[in-house]
Amino acid sequence: MWMLEIPPFVPFFLCGFLAAITRGKLRAVIMLAIPVLSGIHLWMMPEGEFLHFNFLGFELMPYRVDKLSLMFGYVFHIAALMAIIYSLHVRDTVQQVASVLYAGSALGAVFAGDLLTLFIFWELLAFTSVFLVFARRSDRAYAAGMRYLIIQVLSGVILLAGAIFYAGSEGTLLFDYIGLNGVAGWLIFIAFGIKCAFPFFHNWLTDAYPEATVTGTVFLSAFTTKVAVYSFARAYPGTDLLIYIGATMACFPIFFAVIENDLRRVLAYSLINQVGFMVVGIGIGTALAINGAVSHAFNDIIFKGLLFMSMGAVLYMTGRINGSDLGGLYKTMPKTTILCIVGAASISAFPLFSGFVSKSMVMSAALETNHDWVWLMLLFASAGVFHHAGIKIPYFAFFAHDSGIRASDPPLNMTLAMTMAAALCVAIGVYPAALYSLLPFDTGYNPYDATHVLAQTQLLFFSALAFVWLNLMKLYPPELPSTNLDVEWTYRRAFPWVWSKIVLISSTVYQLVARDLLSKIGKGFNYLARKNDDRLSGLLSRDHPAGSMVLWVVVILAAYLILSLFH
Amino acid sequence: MDKKEQHLFDNPKNVKRLLNGFYVICLILFLLDFVIHRHVYHRWENLWGFYPIYGFVGCVILVFVATWMRTFLMRSEDYYQTVNKNKLKTAHQQNQPSGGDENVDA
Repeated sequence: MWMLEIPPFVPFFLCGFLAAITRGKLRAVIMLAIPVLSGIHLWMMPEGEFLHFNFLGFELMPYRVDKLSLMFGYVFHIAALMAIIYSLHVRDTVQQVASVLYAGSALGAVFAGDLLTLFIFWELLAFTSVFLVFARRSDRAYAAGMRYLIIQVLSGVILLAGAIFYAGSEGTLLFDYIGLNGVAGWLIFIAFGIKCAFPFFHNWLTDAYPEATVTGTVFLSAFTTKVAVYSFARAYPGTDLLIYIGATMACFPIFFAVIENDLRRVLAYSLINQVGFMVVGIGIGTALAINGAVSHAFNDIIFKGLLFMSMGAVLYMTGRINGSDLGGLYKTMPKTTILCIVGAASISAFPLFSGFVSKSMVMSAALETNHDWVWLMLLFASAGVFHHAGIKIPYFAFFAHDSGIRASDPPLNMTLAMTMAAALCVAIGVYPAALYSLLPFDTGYNPYDATHVLAQTQLLFFSALAFVWLNLMKLYPPELPSTNLDVEWTYRRAFPWVWSKIVLISSTVYQLVARDLLSKIGKGFNYLARKNDDRLSGLLSRDHPAGSMVLWVVVILAAYLILSLFH
Repeated sequence: MDKKEQHLFDNPKNVKRLLNGFYVICLILFLLDFVIHRHVYHRWENLWGFYPIYGFVGCVILVFVATWMRTFLMRSEDYYQTVNKNKLKTAHQQNQPSGGDENVDA
């Protein structure tokens, strides 16, 4: 059958354009139809490289389809469709257009076969998604969005610099295995790392995601970090450094998540924790580990989307999202409660839920390659993620003390989107073979043997027991309205403080110099000039600018001389 | 807000039942360690109750460390806003978390 090879970003960008010029029901129909049609088109797409052309002597390949990119392509379509259904009630052109353009940019990035195309979509991801933060239309959101944009664009600029170095050293721009060799390898690694929320670069995520709109956060959680995970899987599989970075990412955010009050920020921290598992998998680099990383990215998009949707529903219906303000919502929001618990069970990797079938692959791979300490860290992170995302989120929102809020379940479209996500979580958990058949490698892995199931269930139930015990002993830290300092403190508090001090000191010094010293020098010159009957000023020039011009000519010539010496 | 309306966990008995069921499951899971033959990948897994103890102790340490972190990381809710207070005062103060997606087109 002859088929047009349309890169998936094209229908999404078209959808963005159509959404901008239509209104109401027509817009809803277009926004629902295009991801579905594009998804069907992608499903029928054979593997291969399409669209080649030359640009300044470099071969560009904007559309490359292989198992790795297809996996992300499928899940991005699913995520886009669910998030669009979730946001059907929104009547905000900026948000709706930005969200489909954002999804399209993510699809463009994962099917990009060369670094230049990747760079373009990398930056488009930043510029389209930031409107989902701005759309909250508050001062806080605006400031958070600007910080997000600066960091994301910085990542893109570093990627471009890396790509230029890469083209210089390798003579090609094709996007394949890069590895940590030379300047290019490191620059691209850092660019990916920033978007992947590596430790010390992670605060853009915990800063901006909770400030975005209810529906915007659902889109945000799906794409940006997963594009970075895909890029690492493509360019840096088997890089040892990633194992240790990933293990750190899996562990440190859970401490912050336990004491964080804003429940969507708790989820943002747990997003970093889940990405940590993927990064470890890519770092190990065996077939099983890469499979684990990719399938965990696939599942994470769905269950993290579900959790963000359920917390979005709480925020939408109650106007509150702080754990200290919520509680007892199960009474009037039973559907949201159950769907949230399904998401919580999935992220905690309970057997029969989706997280289990993918996370266990990464853990097994860590053991097989004798990374004992990494395995222990991941085990701790698994217990920890259950603690903060699996129990804390549902417990403080829907149970705990009764806050007296009596909000009802959210509108039908939101419930429907959450139900779809929950159904997928359970379906993948019960029948993982469907997911495994899409994976890049065939490893014949079976997660459901007695050893795995028992070990994981024991780990989780005793983590829960710890929560119960701590709660009964009143040792569990209560939810408090607060801000917790993180790395962002350096650029939100320390740098501005230091900068303001520098400005203050230098302006004071300048004033002193200008007012006292310069006036004294001026007086001195005036005195000399008067004494010499104005002959002195005529030596260089009667006008001041001409005199200073001579000085600058001297400076330039001197610089030229020095440069020529080094040549 | 109907105060007479009784919900599942308003009755302390139900909470008790749930917790008791949970304790029983934990006990069974712990005992299963001695019954089921494991396919062991790592020597630590041979230790009896490795996973239950690791899960429990890990989480207790997690919570204690996190609580301790509060002593030096916790600041007031509007910590970052206070810097820009003067700037924001002139603009309308919109720092309260709102629903966030008012339908602006409607």
